[in-house]
Amino acid sequence: MEKNIVLTMKNIDKNFPGVKALQNVDFTLRAGEIHALMGENGAGKSTLIKVLTGVEEFETGEIRIEGKNTPIINHSPQEAQENGISTVYQEVNLCPNLSVAENLFIGREPKKAGMIDWRTMRKQSKELLEKLDIDIDVSVAIENYSIAIQQMIAIARAVDMSAKVLILDEPTSSLDDGEVEKLFALMRRLRDQGVGIIFVTHFLEQVYAVCDRITVLRNGTLVGEYKVEDLPRVQLVAKMMGKDFDDLATIKTEGSSTASANPVVISAKQLGHKGTIKPFDLEIHKGEVIGLSGLLGSGRSELARSIYGADKPDSGELEVNGKKLVVTKPLDAMMHGMGYLPENRKEEGIIADLSVRENIMIALQAKKGAFHLFSKKEQEEFTDKYIDILQIKTADRETPIKQLSGGNQQKVILGRWLLTNPDFLILDEPTRGIDIGTKTEIQKLVLKLADEGKTVMFISSEIEEMIRTCSRMAILRDGAKVGELREESLDQNSIMKAIAGGGN
Amino acid sequence: MEGIKKLTSKRLFMPLFCLAIMMVVAVIASPDFFKITVQNGVLYGRVIDVINRGSEVVILAVGMTIVVAASAGTDISVGALMAVVAAVTCAFVAGGQQSVNEYVNNPILGVLLGILVGILCGCFNGFLVAKMKIQPMVATLILFTAGRGIAQLLTNGQITYVRVESFKKLGSSLPGVPIPTSVFITIFVVVLTLFVLKKTALGMYVESVGINPTASRLVGLNSTLIIFGAYAFSGLCASIAGLINCSRIYSADANNIGLNLELDAILAVALGGNSLGGGKFSLIGSVIGAYTIQALTTTLYAVSVSADQIPVYKAIVVIIIVSLQSPELGKWIRSAKAKKAARAGKGGIA
Amino acid sequence: MKKQGRKINGNTFLLLITIILFFVMYGVGIVVFKEQGFAKVQNFLNLFISNAGLIVIATGMTIVMITGGIDISVGSVTAMVCMILAWSMENKGWGAVQATVFVLAIGLVFGFVQGWLVAYLKIQPFIVTLAGMFFARGMTAVISKDMISIKNETFLAWAQYKMHLPFGGYVNKKGVTIYPYIYPSVVIAIVVLVLMFVVLKYTKFGRSIYAIGGNEQSALMMGLDVKRTKLKAYVLEGFLSSLGGFLFCLNTCSGFVEQAKGLEMDAIASSVIGGTLLTGGVGNVFGSLFGVLIKGTIEAFITFQGTLSSWWTRITIAAMLCFFIVLQSIFAATKNKK
Repeated sequence: MEKNIVLTMKNIDKNFPGVKALQNVDFTLRAGEIHALMGENGAGKSTLIKVLTGVEEFETGEIRIEGKNTPIINHSPQEAQENGISTVYQEVNLCPNLSVAENLFIGREPKKAGMIDWRTMRKQSKELLEKLDIDIDVSVAIENYSIAIQQMIAIARAVDMSAKVLILDEPTSSLDDGEVEKLFALMRRLRDQGVGIIFVTHFLEQVYAVCDRITVLRNGTLVGEYKVEDLPRVQLVAKMMGKDFDDLATIKTEGSSTASANPVVISAKQLGHKGTIKPFDLEIHKGEVIGLSGLLGSGRSELARSIYGADKPDSGELEVNGKKLVVTKPLDAMMHGMGYLPENRKEEGIIADLSVRENIMIALQAKKGAFHLFSKKEQEEFTDKYIDILQIKTADRETPIKQLSGGNQQKVILGRWLLTNPDFLILDEPTRGIDIGTKTEIQKLVLKLADEGKTVMFISSEIEEMIRTCSRMAILRDGAKVGELREESLDQNSIMKAIAGGGN
Repeated sequence: MEGIKKLTSKRLFMPLFCLAIMMVVAVIASPDFFKITVQNGVLYGRVIDVINRGSEVVILAVGMTIVVAASAGTDISVGALMAVVAAVTCAFVAGGQQSVNEYVNNPILGVLLGILVGILCGCFNGFLVAKMKIQPMVATLILFTAGRGIAQLLTNGQITYVRVESFKKLGSSLPGVPIPTSVFITIFVVVLTLFVLKKTALGMYVESVGINPTASRLVGLNSTLIIFGAYAFSGLCASIAGLINCSRIYSADANNIGLNLELDAILAVALGGNSLGGGKFSLIGSVIGAYTIQALTTTLYAVSVSADQIPVYKAIVVIIIVSLQSPELGKWIRSAKAKKAARAGKGGIA
Repeated sequence: MKKQGRKINGNTFLLLITIILFFVMYGVGIVVFKEQGFAKVQNFLNLFISNAGLIVIATGMTIVMITGGIDISVGSVTAMVCMILAWSMENKGWGAVQATVFVLAIGLVFGFVQGWLVAYLKIQPFIVTLAGMFFARGMTAVISKDMISIKNETFLAWAQYKMHLPFGGYVNKKGVTIYPYIYPSVVIAIVVLVLMFVVLKYTKFGRSIYAIGGNEQSALMMGLDVKRTKLKAYVLEGFLSSLGGFLFCLNTCSGFVEQAKGLEMDAIASSVIGGTLLTGGVGNVFGSLFGVLIKGTIEAFITFQGTLSSWWTRITIAAMLCFFIVLQSIFAATKNKK
């Protein structure tokens, strides 16, 4: 074993029903380094963290930590903590109703004569936070502070628990630049004290600002471990997306459309939703496939959601076919010919216990109203039609959708929207987690829809698929739309450059 | 077609099985359970009793099923609502007097007024749950306790009697008809509800909102309105049940009308194979469940358990059913099985 | 990172409303019912005497409500406890001490079963305690359908032992100074209240209860044993329910099926009016005390007024509960918008 290694994970395998979440993944962390764990959605970052911290069990492989001769298996976050592994999650895991001091010391409160010694607790909290340059009233409930401060407190707690390994899971998503700087200062200080830090983030600048090493995962497998100085930014994006930057054998778009000459269908002017997507302008033409490209968390889904009314926009205006439209709920958008296939199929797409037929019918039925029920025969015809067109593999049209595979579930959702005959269809990661064959089918379908004069908004983490389907692309970074790429400049290199932004 | 039949039979298997067991127990407890006689042109017997007396529970269970499916919570105010409706109707019909021998005010108007008040109470529950986002049971707890108080006030703390023959018809039987009136009303409520569920998309909406409110919103459903409607409907069902019960005893007894019936209704829904966690529901299942409960009640009476002791048994049944429904229990059993299998595997190697 | 000032948040505000409400109501009572002697110290103490049991029960309720749970079985448990006390002493000839220890043990068992179902099988607390409510009420009837009055001398001595205060007396017509008094039940209630305040504020168990109510997931992540803590909370609450039932019985000295009906509403309302959030995580036993005192004052109003039906108490309490939960809901909504 190499010296100063604090943590090794070897050959980790983890399966979820139908999905290989981690396959043979290795990970090594040294003392006194900040190690970025990078990957797009579904790459297996969070699963790896969960396996490490005992939130999930793993099937094969071993985890070793410095100071223990035998491999460890954590069954709970507590056990991980006892083994010296502390985690600070993206959504702050603190109790909002308790004071700052309590959140720092709960479970290990200083005591005097068997009773919690509040005075000492407050004093120690004060000292602890002062070391981190946070000057706040520790006796106030934590919900009164900004997420940024809550995040710092969570880190302070983790650090104070004598961590050998500190995992920071997207801690910066809600911090402003000044706060991020403070956090980095803290991370560097901890690194110099010999703590090994695993830093999960999707902000590239931050990786280059603070990290020493990068491990990249993709589709549940290890891509590689690199020193930061050996991996230029564009290369990193390429590794995450699974394409070599130098591989110029790009696939040219099949058939070129002249959609940009068509009339504008959707026009957003300074549309925005506080905290998720900064105000943006966007014009979408009839018969166009517009791609939204950007890394996870860049605001690509949020942009789509603000147009559809899934998150009611709080600024700007939206025009549909030249007429102003105020969208307060999804039904408003649906009534104007929109459809939305959400990114999170399980939470927001499928209605698990309902049958394939009901899942297909529901959107059209909602549009038509409760008292105009489609007859059993019509329903069956519609359902069979889309089962046939989309080649949905299901035992029966009455089978609950939850029994279908991911790809077939996705096709059902697609069928649901195609049935409403939308003029403007938003597809957010329609091909995630489904097999190659289905992927191609969905891509073809998108192109066919555009040919028929429908407008499609396409969001995907897979750059190749975007190039194949999109006629134009909007680029997003850090919750803002930062540019557009016209069809002629749609190639991997320029897209990756645009996504990566400044620097090299 | 065959496949569908198989599915329905599967879904209703448990409720029917429970009913069958209950029947066997009933016959053992009182051998004359199935004996039916005719007295004065009206059917008598324990089975008839179950069907007759079960009317209130069935009707409440219909409303409760929709509430559970849409909101994953229960409406515990239904028993008290029955008392309120009875009090409103009797107080109106009797013109505020304690006992009348003929109508002071129009009885039809009284019945409609009662139903209106019941629906309004349901709307109140619905507003708290759907709009104010208060946990269903806390929201309905308010009328659960206050309801009987309101009923007491309406009847001045007395039992208001309406001693008019026609007022008793809802709870007894019409001349020349051997079957109790309440049975017809029950059939009417159940069939009408089934018809509405079949002929409109409301059933699908309710299930969809109960299963996944987020996804339902994204396909254009208004979950607030649907949940609100479910509670209003439950209020309607409670008022019909209240009127039947009130007619049976031709009076408004604020303390006893609908007493403990909320438990019966919840139990009926659970026994009907419906998850108390909301979502997919089977109305027929609940109806079967309701008759099972009534059979249990009647049988317990037969072995001379008194009315106020019966809840002990029902409470135990509730706990058993919800424990069996608990996913946690399933997890335990699975892990216990896995352990056993692992042990067996090791034994094999050794 | 600016220093943020201490703001009055919604919860503190609600509690403040409650305390002011109590004093305003009591003040109004003193003015309106001056003739009937509302202003007497004894009248104030009567609030405690007649509600000693409820104070203890509401304290327990507050504890489970802070975890995010609820217990609607307390009224029935009170009836069952009274019935067992009466039955065991009158029909079985048990001693008062033996009977009391027995009912307290039953409270523990009851709390354990309910807590286990809630914490380990993750069944909704409402369903579990709804069943508990019907079970306990039914058991009361199983033990005896008729009312049993307690004649046990030790028990009656406990119930009637007046403890005079050394102050606040007045001279009556015969020239004898009458000092206001309380019963031992009040002392027990106050001791329990203070003890539970200490437990909630100064023990790891107490703080874990708040943490679980605040965010169960976080509490788990921070290494707290959520299931065990919940179970303990329900066991403690079960014990307090039976203790409250015992104190209740000291007032009524009898057991009957219909006893303490709707007491669960009084307890829940007292907690909520006293600032306990239905969603859990926030609550204070002293707040609940004010909730109980408000309920007691309403009752006193109705008694002093003389013509109103006692049902008004129940309806007013329900209306206040409704008002406060709607307020809570509105506060929560505005907080989320921020």
